[in-house]
Amino acid sequence: MHPFRYLRPESAAEAVAARGEDDETRYLAGGQSLLPALKLRLAHPSVLIDIARLPELRTLRRHQGGLEAGAALTHAEIAGLDDIPALAALAGSIGDLQIRNMGTLGGSLAHNDPASDHAAAVLGLGATVRTDRREIAADGFFLDMFETALEPDELIVSVNFPRPRRAGYAKVRNPASGYPVVGVFVAETDGGIRVAVTGAGGCVFRLPDFEAALADNFRPGALAGLATPVNGLNRDIHATAEYRAHLIGVLAGRAVERCR
Amino acid sequence: MRIRLTVNGAGVEADIEPATLLSALLRERLGLTGTHQGCDTGQCGACTVHVDGRAVKSCLMLAAQADGRRVLTIEGVAEGEALHPVQRAFRDRHALQCGFCTPGMVMTALDLVGRLDTADEGAIRHGLAGNLCRCTGYRPIVEAIAESIRARRGDG
Ligand SMILES: Cc1cc2nc3c(=O)[nH]c(=O)nc-3n(C[C@H](O)[C@H](O)[C@H](O)COP(=O)(O)OP(=O)(O)OC[C@H]3O[C@@H](n4cnc5c(N)ncnc54)[C@H](O)[C@@H]3O)c2cc1C
Ligand code: FES
Ligand code: FES
Repeated sequence: MHPFRYLRPESAAEAVAARGEDDETRYLAGGQSLLPALKLRLAHPSVLIDIARLPELRTLRRHQGGLEAGAALTHAEIAGLDDIPALAALAGSIGDLQIRNMGTLGGSLAHNDPASDHAAAVLGLGATVRTDRREIAADGFFLDMFETALEPDELIVSVNFPRPRRAGYAKVRNPASGYPVVGVFVAETDGGIRVAVTGAGGCVFRLPDFEAALADNFRPGALAGLATPVNGLNRDIHATAEYRAHLIGVLAGRAVERCR
Repeated sequence: MRIRLTVNGAGVEADIEPATLLSALLRERLGLTGTHQGCDTGQCGACTVHVDGRAVKSCLMLAAQADGRRVLTIEGVAEGEALHPVQRAFRDRHALQCGFCTPGMVMTALDLVGRLDTADEGAIRHGLAGNLCRCTGYRPIVEAIAESIRARRGDG
């Protein structure tokens, strides 16, 4: 790793003031994506701002419509919440025990790995990302591989998850890395059916024709015959685009079966 | 920068470069080489220690992130010569061969034994996903952990 300075501010406002708008300074949450990148020298910031202990980012608020979870809650902490079972199960399936004890919700979203599990839940549930300056609907948050709607110095403070009527998640993991090759999150929300796919494209995306089919008939059988175009799907040594397209159909069906 | 933390119950103060990994602090500065370094990329789990009671990979954590925290390494698990029950179960079940993965396995096992209510094999295997063993195979390791969970519940 290149040398850097380490700051641990006491408040979110102080953290944002220290951040600046270039890549010389970076927020550090669990470090489970950032530290590997620093080791590979894919990034070489000169200042890291540790936000993992900020009280504003460690909150948990249950409200009538759902759950507002602080950005610095770990995957393990979210796995322990029973408010939205599909969200807890998803968080409990990320990486491994040690990664879940360190990695955070906000870090996963800001990093926007093409195979992020949390991205599938946030888009699938139609959650809202709250930052130090605004609220961003999930539909406008994930832009492309490692790209989000966040401004360089924008800090995710919390995520507001509306409680779905029912939701489920299914994935196939890469046996070596543990990341999903494809994961599909299905939810029946007050705003309608949502189907979000991770691992298959540049970043998480929705499938409108699957959503329409499930709105008519909320059963795995309703998806029979629906094909995902392979255009734009990831192809790599782990899976072809055709295989990923196939997995999307299979996993969407399993996610529907798991909905509760 | 200066950090203060507790390692195996004793207060530690150290002047470090901010880029120092927790694994490097433990191994190189404090001489606690029981924490092994298998990959340095977060894959193998040999470097697992506890920070505030939770298993983490010390090669994926800055020493600075452990400032003010309680760190437990494999050296702090036994009481003098008396092995911890989880260590005893590993020995009794032959859950180690070359021993390279063992410190990390035991640290993860301790987190799991505290967290799991039943000795369910699937849950134990899921909990061990971040620890690789190249020799013994996982069966005796899983059995040692299952035995420890049953013993803790008093029905072993
Ligand atoms: C071995 C291994 C296996 C893994 N397996 C999986 C898996 O199966 N599924 C999966 O989804 N993930 C997996 N991960 C990634 C893991 O979930 C990370 O925890 C997560 O991607 C990043 O969270 P973090 O808190 O560690 O963020 P960090 O690494 O600290 O930061 C990541 C990025 O987000 C920025 N950031 C962090 N917090 C904020 C915030 N509040 N506001 C704005 N920007 C912020 C940082 O500046 C940085 O650019 C794995 C990681 C490892 C090492
Ligand atoms: S040395 Fe840390 S996970 Fe391998
Ligand atoms: S006992 Fe040799 S690596 Fe596990």
